[in-house]
Amino acid sequence: MKIRTFLYTIKQGIIGVFKNKWFTVATVATIAACLFVFGIFFALAFNVEYIIKTAEENVSVTVFFDEGLSQERIDEIGEMIGRRAEVTRYEYISAEEAWESFSEQLGEYAQGFSENPLANSSNYQIYLKDVSKQAQLVHYLEGIEGVRKINKSDFTADTLSGINLILIYVFSGMIIVLFAVSIFLINNTVTMGISVRKEEITIMKYVGATDFFVRAPFVFEGMIIGAIGSIIPIGALYYLYLLGSKFLEEEFEILSFLTFLPPMEIFKYLIPVSVLIGVGIGFLGSFFTVHKHLKV
Amino acid sequence: MSETKKKRTREVKGDDPSKYAIYLEDVCKTFSDGVPALSNIDLKVKPGEFVFIVGVSGAGKSTLIKLLLHELKADSGVAYVNGYNLMTLKHNKIPKFRRSLGVVFQDFRLLKDRSVYENVAFAQRIVEKSEREIRRNVPSMLSIVGLAGKYKAKPKQLAGGEQQRVALARALVNQPKLLLADEPTGNLDPYNTEEIMKLLDTINSNGTTVVVVTHNDKLVNDMRKRVVTIKQGTIVSDAEEGGYVDED
Repeated sequence: MKIRTFLYTIKQGIIGVFKNKWFTVATVATIAACLFVFGIFFALAFNVEYIIKTAEENVSVTVFFDEGLSQERIDEIGEMIGRRAEVTRYEYISAEEAWESFSEQLGEYAQGFSENPLANSSNYQIYLKDVSKQAQLVHYLEGIEGVRKINKSDFTADTLSGINLILIYVFSGMIIVLFAVSIFLINNTVTMGISVRKEEITIMKYVGATDFFVRAPFVFEGMIIGAIGSIIPIGALYYLYLLGSKFLEEEFEILSFLTFLPPMEIFKYLIPVSVLIGVGIGFLGSFFTVHKHLKV
Repeated sequence: MSETKKKRTREVKGDDPSKYAIYLEDVCKTFSDGVPALSNIDLKVKPGEFVFIVGVSGAGKSTLIKLLLHELKADSGVAYVNGYNLMTLKHNKIPKFRRSLGVVFQDFRLLKDRSVYENVAFAQRIVEKSEREIRRNVPSMLSIVGLAGKYKAKPKQLAGGEQQRVALARALVNQPKLLLADEPTGNLDPYNTEEIMKLLDTINSNGTTVVVVTHNDKLVNDMRKRVVTIKQGTIVSDAEEGGYVDED
């Protein structure tokens, strides 16, 4: 293909966007509406995932040691814990630190103790990457010589792990359904818009235009429309997200445990995904719709 | 090779088909519902000829034009147009084949949103002519059809006769060897009909083979050209410089 033919194709694609105003408006609106709803669920899914993850990160397993265990052995146990893949971080709390912390809670009642009642309470607080791996870690810890007792919350771990799994299924399902509905709606709009121009395609074919020459401007037009249709909801969602998260954090103190992701943490994924969907559907919709009319 | 394939691509018995603008031998076409459209069509048109194809509505004229344009494919027989074997022509070769033709329809089939100039230039763009060539060829062709002053107009701003002239300019701008005109005056008044026919005659006298499908007997009788009459999908007469043979 010569450069002038390529430039002609691009020019015709751009002209097509403005020439068929109602088709452009209808298609952009359909793509924008579908991707807007898609974006809401996308942002919601990311935030819920983030909140669950934050909650999981605060769930810890506490390991206590046999009475009189040497500090050297305690350090060895610490290194063994640190090598585990499921562990994010672990903290050593000595008996003195444990009593200091506890005595602060007891206040004046703490003065009644002459000796540290938590003398055998030095421990490791272990935080996990994924709470569903808690049982696996506990099983490992139970096998370590020198470990006396392990404190854990099976209920919290199981609940969070279960919620996380359910949410993954629910949001994945919703996003797949929305994606399918979006493709169906957008493709229908593109099909209707191009079918109106069937005669134009037929004339081009009669004059001897190749399939590529006929199709390229339509496909380019579809991609431009797809891009516009995806950028509009991204812009709208960005500002709505900023306003919405700020409003919820300021007006609903009861929800203070909720921390929303910074917008760019979501939009660095949402922008490419939305543009890819918009441009991709514009491309595929135009490509296959024109293809139907090329058999002249 | 299958029996069907043998039948579709059978050897030419007589002349060299490439010497003809149109060479049809024993061509048959039946529609998918089983209705026969064309039966045993033999038609040979030499380069530079002017031929009318006539017949009543439903006789098979349009089907014949569609076969010549390769919009439809014959079921059997030998079919060559401008040296292209239509029985074996691959899909990706159709554009090149169609560029060797000019085609004009009763309903003009112009690109409505483009100017007269752009409608004619479009035919040049698809054969990848340079802008300089387009700027030279299109006004020249428009002046031949008498529309040099209306190059900016959109088709809807033109009368029927003028629209058909644009269609003719578009059909001829790439200097095709063969011009197929399907009822080119069907939507025109007598004055414009005469003007278009004069243009076609001029085009023919410059060496382009012209095939005109029509059911306008007056037109055919006035022009005194070769007339091929189709009835119920069969050629019933082929008269040199004859008038319209109305079998009914």
